[in-house]
Amino acid sequence: MAIQETKYLTEFYHLPEFKGIDGYKKNGGYVELEKALKMQPQAIIDEVKASGLRGRGGAGFSTGMKWGFLPKNNEPRYLLCNADEGEPGTFKDRMMMEKAPHQLIEGMIISGFAIGSKKSYIYVRGEYDQSINTLETAIQEAYKAGYLGKNILGSGFDHDMDVYRGAGAYICGEETGMISSLEGLKGQPKLKPPFPAVQGYLKKPTIVNNVETLAVVKYVIRDGAAHYKKIGTEKSTGTKLFSLSGNVMKPGNFEVPLGFPLKDMVFGLGGGMKPGRQLKAVIPGGSSAPVLNAEESNRALLDYENLAQMGTMLGSGAIIVIDDSNCMVQCLSNLMHFYHHESCGQCTPCREGTGWLDKITRSILSGKGRLQDIELLLKVADNMKGKTICALSDAAALPVLSFVPKFRDEFEYFVREGKSKVKGTAYKGHSYAEMHH
Amino acid sequence: MFQLSSEGKQQVLNELKRYESKQSAVLPALYIGQRENKGFITPAVIQELSRVMEIPESQINEVFTFYTMYNKKNVGKYHVQVCRTLSCMLNGAEELVGHLCEQLNTRVDQMTTDGRFTISEVECLGSCGTAPMMQIGDKYFENLTPESAMNLLRTMK
Ligand SMILES: Cc1cc2nc3c(=O)[nH]c(=O)nc-3n(C[C@H](O)[C@H](O)[C@H](O)COP(=O)(O)O)c2cc1C
Ligand code: SF4
Ligand code: FES
Repeated sequence: MAIQETKYLTEFYHLPEFKGIDGYKKNGGYVELEKALKMQPQAIIDEVKASGLRGRGGAGFSTGMKWGFLPKNNEPRYLLCNADEGEPGTFKDRMMMEKAPHQLIEGMIISGFAIGSKKSYIYVRGEYDQSINTLETAIQEAYKAGYLGKNILGSGFDHDMDVYRGAGAYICGEETGMISSLEGLKGQPKLKPPFPAVQGYLKKPTIVNNVETLAVVKYVIRDGAAHYKKIGTEKSTGTKLFSLSGNVMKPGNFEVPLGFPLKDMVFGLGGGMKPGRQLKAVIPGGSSAPVLNAEESNRALLDYENLAQMGTMLGSGAIIVIDDSNCMVQCLSNLMHFYHHESCGQCTPCREGTGWLDKITRSILSGKGRLQDIELLLKVADNMKGKTICALSDAAALPVLSFVPKFRDEFEYFVREGKSKVKGTAYKGHSYAEMHH
Repeated sequence: MFQLSSEGKQQVLNELKRYESKQSAVLPALYIGQRENKGFITPAVIQELSRVMEIPESQINEVFTFYTMYNKKNVGKYHVQVCRTLSCMLNGAEELVGHLCEQLNTRVDQMTTDGRFTISEVECLGSCGTAPMMQIGDKYFENLTPESAMNLLRTMK
């Protein structure tokens, strides 16, 4: 049988009408909101906990457990949807917002009701103009239909929702950075604890969840935790949207049950490599996830546990495929430029470390690397781990600590010969600008 | 001297009331200021926003310098932002930027002499499945080749 997707969240994404409120309602929209508003909020939290749902934004933390950290009182609290989607390789949230804005809105109203929040924000990265417009239109439709505002569907529950536009900074995807940004400040992360669930936006308890996580809540209510848990594996329940990109014939977003073989993703749904090319490496969970070589990729399963066992992570579900026509030194250098650019600079190990990694990889690329630079890369990366306010520093170190040992021959060849083993040349920089300045 | 139009000023005042805290209006206000100042922000824009919002200049300036979507200098009528990050690189982003610069006889981040274009390299724009890609203004252009991108720019007057 041909390898297929499991279209659970994306069942109706092929229908253009699903974007508007009428088309959405025709296909099961807002039914679960009505159902949820008749439930006890705690029962919804319990159901989400029992479903095993884990955050789809990167860390994979239990959603029900996170909600459980909120103080048990009547203090005002916020729900903040993380639609910053900056992890290189990730483009699933954009599709969700543009094709099914009401799915997210419905999931958010149900989640808001469960946690007792009267106000939610969707923080969208500034470049996503179309997502922002689509969401703003959909929110207006939801107000008109009585799904937002005062006394929603006669339940006595009030909830307001608004969109907040980011302004270009990967670090605002980190939840405390996002809260700073929403407060109208520099998007700098803050030391945890206190966790946002205790002290977040304007120092009030705040739940931050990814777009996909919040959309799933509707389906947990629709089918029940017991049914939801049957999809996926024991500890990685449900389906997940994966963004597949890089050197594959058919890139795109694909929804599959967790535990799906990576090989079937790359060679089945993704159509494999271009003719004449071989698979060299796969980054399975966004640019921060340690890379897998071809042999590892062929046996990896796309779930939290299996990828952790293989020394990498599921992250945001962004799968970046690299074929044998590419130079791994150049790929690593490309990512180091990204992290150097995006470090917010608050913590010395991250600020200095990302700078060094960028500089050293660039020096190797230019053909001027020394043999000791390879050890230096590993040492710098090692010193960046577990010492900083947020996880960006680790996220920059992990690619180094996997690319270098797994593709050491390419790094050694480059410093020895002054040129790429694959491409046969050196580079002046790792971007066009640097090559020509 | 820079002054917001009466419409722009009203928009800033609306943003001040829109969020739970006044300070949250700084990011949207900077977008309004940028739009009304031909696409970039100067100290005069910050001064005007500070006056209208009654928020200290230093606080607005700090935000302005932190985020990449607020332009620090004049950019061409069309700001062509080509994604340079991994998935786009794997699909030919460097060749794309190289071709555009060559054809327009310019360099990255340098406005063309006719003031029409500035070509920039930016980080992942969340469009990696349709790489290589670029953003011009609010719009994404995806699945590009060096030639198709250049043909597109030729239509922009
Ligand atoms: C540097 C950095 C960038 C992040 N970027 C994102 C992002 O773009 N989108 C996202 O949902 N989570 C991102 N996260 C994770 C968030 O901090 C947070 O864990 C997540 O939004 C929680 O939602 P979830 O539990 O539903 O996954 C990022 C984390 C770090 C350290
Ligand atoms: S780890 Fe890096 S990005 Fe995170 S707070 Fe520290 S300096 Fe900023
Ligand atoms: S890498 Fe270019 S859009 Fe993501």
